[in-house]
Amino acid sequence: MLTAVVFTPLAGALAILLLAWLTKVIRWQGGSARRKPTPGWLKAGPRTQRARSLALLVSVAELLLSVTVFLSYDLAQGGLQLITRADWIVPINAQYYLGVDGLSAPLVLLNGLLGLCAVLASWNVRRRAKEHFIWLLVLQTAVMGVFTSLDFVLFFVFWELELIPMYLLISIWGSGRKEYSALKFLAFTIFGSAFMLVGLLVLYFSTGTFDMVALGQQKEWSNLILPVQVVFFLFFTAFAIKLPSWPVHTWLPDAHTDAPTAGSVMLAGVLIKMGGYGLIRVCVTMFPEVAREYAWLLVALGVMSVMYGAVVTMRQNDLKRMIAYSSISHMGLVLIGISSVGVAADRLSPVGLSGAALQMFTHGTITGLLFLLVGFVYEKAHTRYIPDLGGLAARMPFLAAFLVMAGLASLGLPGLSGFVAELLVFLGTFSVWGWPTAIAVFSIVLTAGYILWMVQRVMFGPALRRYDHVGDATLAEAIPVVLLFIAILAVGVYPAWLTDVFTSGVAPIISRFG
Amino acid sequence: MISELGAWAIFLLPLASFALIALVIRPFLGSRSRVSGYVTVLAIGLAFLLSAYALRSTLGHEQAIGWPSHRWLAISGLDIRIGILMDPLTAIMLVVVTGVSLLVQVYSLGYMKDDEGYARYFAYMSLFTASMVGVVMARSIIQLYVFWELVGLCSYLLIGFWHQRPAAAAAAKKAFLVTRIGDVGFLLAILYLFLQRDTAAFAGRNPFEIPDILAAAGMMTTFAATWTALGVFAGAAGKSGQFPLHTWLPDAMEGPTPVSSLIHAATMVAAGVFLTARFFPLFEHSAAAMTTVALVGGFTAVFAATMGLVMYDIKRVLAYSTISQLGYMMLAIGVGAPAVAIFHLFTHAFFKCLLFLGAGSVSHAILTFDMRFMGGLRKAMPWTYATFLIGALSLAGVFPLAGFWSKDEVLLSAWRGDKGVDSLVFWLAFVAVFLTAFYMFRVIIMTFHGPFRGGVGAEHPQPGPPARGEHDQDHAAGEEAAPSVHLAESPLVMIAPMLVLAVLAIAAGYVANPLGDLAGVPAHWFVEFLEEHAEGFSPGLAAASSAVALGGVGLAALVYGRRSPSPEAVGRAFGPIRTLLLNRYYMDALYEGVIVRSLFYQGIARGLNWFDREVIDRFVDFLGWLSRNGGRTVAPLQNGQTQAYGVVISLGVLAIIGVYLVFGR
Repeated sequence: MLTAVVFTPLAGALAILLLAWLTKVIRWQGGSARRKPTPGWLKAGPRTQRARSLALLVSVAELLLSVTVFLSYDLAQGGLQLITRADWIVPINAQYYLGVDGLSAPLVLLNGLLGLCAVLASWNVRRRAKEHFIWLLVLQTAVMGVFTSLDFVLFFVFWELELIPMYLLISIWGSGRKEYSALKFLAFTIFGSAFMLVGLLVLYFSTGTFDMVALGQQKEWSNLILPVQVVFFLFFTAFAIKLPSWPVHTWLPDAHTDAPTAGSVMLAGVLIKMGGYGLIRVCVTMFPEVAREYAWLLVALGVMSVMYGAVVTMRQNDLKRMIAYSSISHMGLVLIGISSVGVAADRLSPVGLSGAALQMFTHGTITGLLFLLVGFVYEKAHTRYIPDLGGLAARMPFLAAFLVMAGLASLGLPGLSGFVAELLVFLGTFSVWGWPTAIAVFSIVLTAGYILWMVQRVMFGPALRRYDHVGDATLAEAIPVVLLFIAILAVGVYPAWLTDVFTSGVAPIISRFG
Repeated sequence: MISELGAWAIFLLPLASFALIALVIRPFLGSRSRVSGYVTVLAIGLAFLLSAYALRSTLGHEQAIGWPSHRWLAISGLDIRIGILMDPLTAIMLVVVTGVSLLVQVYSLGYMKDDEGYARYFAYMSLFTASMVGVVMARSIIQLYVFWELVGLCSYLLIGFWHQRPAAAAAAKKAFLVTRIGDVGFLLAILYLFLQRDTAAFAGRNPFEIPDILAAAGMMTTFAATWTALGVFAGAAGKSGQFPLHTWLPDAMEGPTPVSSLIHAATMVAAGVFLTARFFPLFEHSAAAMTTVALVGGFTAVFAATMGLVMYDIKRVLAYSTISQLGYMMLAIGVGAPAVAIFHLFTHAFFKCLLFLGAGSVSHAILTFDMRFMGGLRKAMPWTYATFLIGALSLAGVFPLAGFWSKDEVLLSAWRGDKGVDSLVFWLAFVAVFLTAFYMFRVIIMTFHGPFRGGVGAEHPQPGPPARGEHDQDHAAGEEAAPSVHLAESPLVMIAPMLVLAVLAIAAGYVANPLGDLAGVPAHWFVEFLEEHAEGFSPGLAAASSAVALGGVGLAALVYGRRSPSPEAVGRAFGPIRTLLLNRYYMDALYEGVIVRSLFYQGIARGLNWFDREVIDRFVDFLGWLSRNGGRTVAPLQNGQTQAYGVVISLGVLAIIGVYLVFGR
């Protein structure tokens, strides 16, 4: 089951490749008689259409698969489920070991959802469209792999695999200083990965296993070749960069701004969630004592990210850059939620961790939606420079309405999902870190400020003559927007269907703090 | 007795109306479909009937009707539930909210007839009503907060309804942001309640369930009760426009006039007073919190009234009057009389709604809200004039209209209060009585008496469409034909709700809370229904406050009617003070200009943004440069000489051994 979930996109990518190769061969054989180059190959020819139809088919199948995984996760039973386990690299005892628990099952669902949205968002890509879809699908496989791997080598392979498609998506289909941004993204992540590699080697040489489940049940770390604190921070560095936490966040605005729409959606929607997932899955689960000891650092970095990100967001004039900075602010809440473990065992509660996990999911849907909408606005108005925009609500009422709603979700309006996650994070952390949490609560004013100001400057005001030709969303654009909004609304109105799953994933981790 | 389903229906009917308009009517029948208006009126009408039934059901009950609440979100130790709390306070608020909303919707059928966004308007209005109903029915504080924020959302959407107008978009944003500052306090209070879940006060209780909180209030430490109460009050002050969070309310005029009337009468601003009254046991337990509420309320009552003296925009005068009256209500709670506060909220809802609808009716005819271009309208619009006069008299607290009775109760509660602060706020409230009477009759005379001064035509004498500006006419008609003044009474659909409200503005005070038994209504019914005891009545105080109110009316008649002394002369005499008032004590300039723009945006935000790009990111780029050039520098090390490699390897081994020796144990 999970094998299918992980590798369906990859198979789809290969199929597109194969299809392209086949048509090329046929074309080459048939065309050699006339020896005429095909004119107008830049247009969405039948081959591109075939590629994107195939990609759509694959991503719909993938969404259905991930929904199946989410629904078939048995809450009453809990723990790890849908386990697939086989020997892989026998000499080092690395296994092909997949499984989901309450923490990862919703993230699998999120990845399936955003994968489809990313494909639909690329519907109008003309340039090297086949490749574009291939890399998108490879990216989805890699992220699925990260969320389901239970073997450290496998986890690391998927973690690194994700870099290649993302790098190419930014540097080929991006805009602005795309090569610089792509390289920056790559360099930051690899820098973090190096630390993670050392960390997992240390664990391997100390315990002889890559089994993350076994490592996560380790009672004591007596025979590590490095102090356990050092190992914790080796992993922490890698995940904090990915999250990203202040002060290692500067790759994110650049990468987001210059990435194509689909790239931004995947980057904000699922890629940075790998950081938060890693923090909970590895740092907190494997080293609970160290996590408790250094929870003050987590909350400090979290509050710093939240407030600093929000303030800097205020000054951004590029739509995408603005949302990128707001992501830094919102992902700071994940850190704050995790920091709720920094308390004596008898007062420990899973609320904060559940909130952090929920924040990852909701941020994925909300910011994914925001990047979609902003990408569409950019495609239509040909600028992302906020002072140049204005009055677009008259020209694109559909996009305007959803931009307002996505913005409201982002600023934590009750009834939409962002509020529930924020509330859980604050409730879980306030009793542990009173003042820092109180400071972070003030971010709800800042968030409302920059979101509403952005909406006002982009959508409201008198309609501008130069945007007279601009149209509203097409069907291919409307579908992902509505899909994501339904997810946002569903969590906001009745969150228990999701929080119960997350809580069942978090509970065993909390019990490790005994 | 009303069933739980029936109670839920009060909330679900307007919500369904919203969903129906947003998902079916607007996409398929068009944005100007008349159906949306009828659906809204029908839904809210049914909700009103159910509310009346709910009120009837609570009459015979000593205690709140409590249905079991339903699980919404539960994680070990945290149990957030949703449910309905149907006590006298809720029942009365329900009737006020749905009743006033119903009248406003009927009025809107006429007022919004030609608007582009007809369906959108009624969708928002339905949602607004549903959210407010959600606030007053909530059984859990989180549930209350959810709807509280949705009320804020709806006010944002409705104030910015004509979002093509920059002033409207800005006012909407301002309303949301300023109220959200208060909401931080409210949210912190909720967090703080959860923090106390393990204390003795909450043993066996759920810190989110309102009945549990009220029961636990008496057992909380003073410290805890104070901070929780102050947090709640911060939220209430934001929504109810109390100083220093009042600045959004006058700007909220940018929305359509029926929206203003709903915001000012029964929904948005009433939510703050309701919230404070709802959590009164918390306040009661903390002297500091009570003093704060009384002082803020008393100060706001006078402070806002002074600004109302000089405004030329009729809706702005009414807005400052609302802030001032909300101050009265807060003051009443602060001196320990929440039932009286709700009584004033009850009567105020009718006459303030009436006054706004009257202002809308005026602008419907002459297309402006600027009183300098009005005058003499009593002949052309007799019904509007009569009802507006009734509203103004009621607001001024003239015997025996509704406003008199409730205002008198407020004054009496403060007078009989035994704390030092109570007598201070009594005198503040007493001064405000005079100011209120004065500015209301300034409005009456400038609008309805004297010669007609031309309406919008005089405001924009140049030919062509009028410039879009703050005093633009209500209908965003810039792209249509130039508007023309038609001096005529408004249509029946607009006048009828005003007549109903006029009757209520006359009678609602005495009939609901009579001095003696009155045809089936027991004495002091309203106040005793909410709270066991009533203050009674003091003829001396009533006479004094009536005299002061009539003094205000007389002075206004002297200055604006007789013109002796003329308003200009008075203005000159009070030159600097008038400038201060016209600039609203420079508080908007302070907030927006100094704090937000200069200090925050140009200062902190700009500095951090610079820091981010020029320090953190430069450092990153420097590392990148270092590794690139550093690579070039150390590349010659790879020179292929085995000896050199051997040296480096040995050093490495030594280093590893060193690390092992240091950390290895």
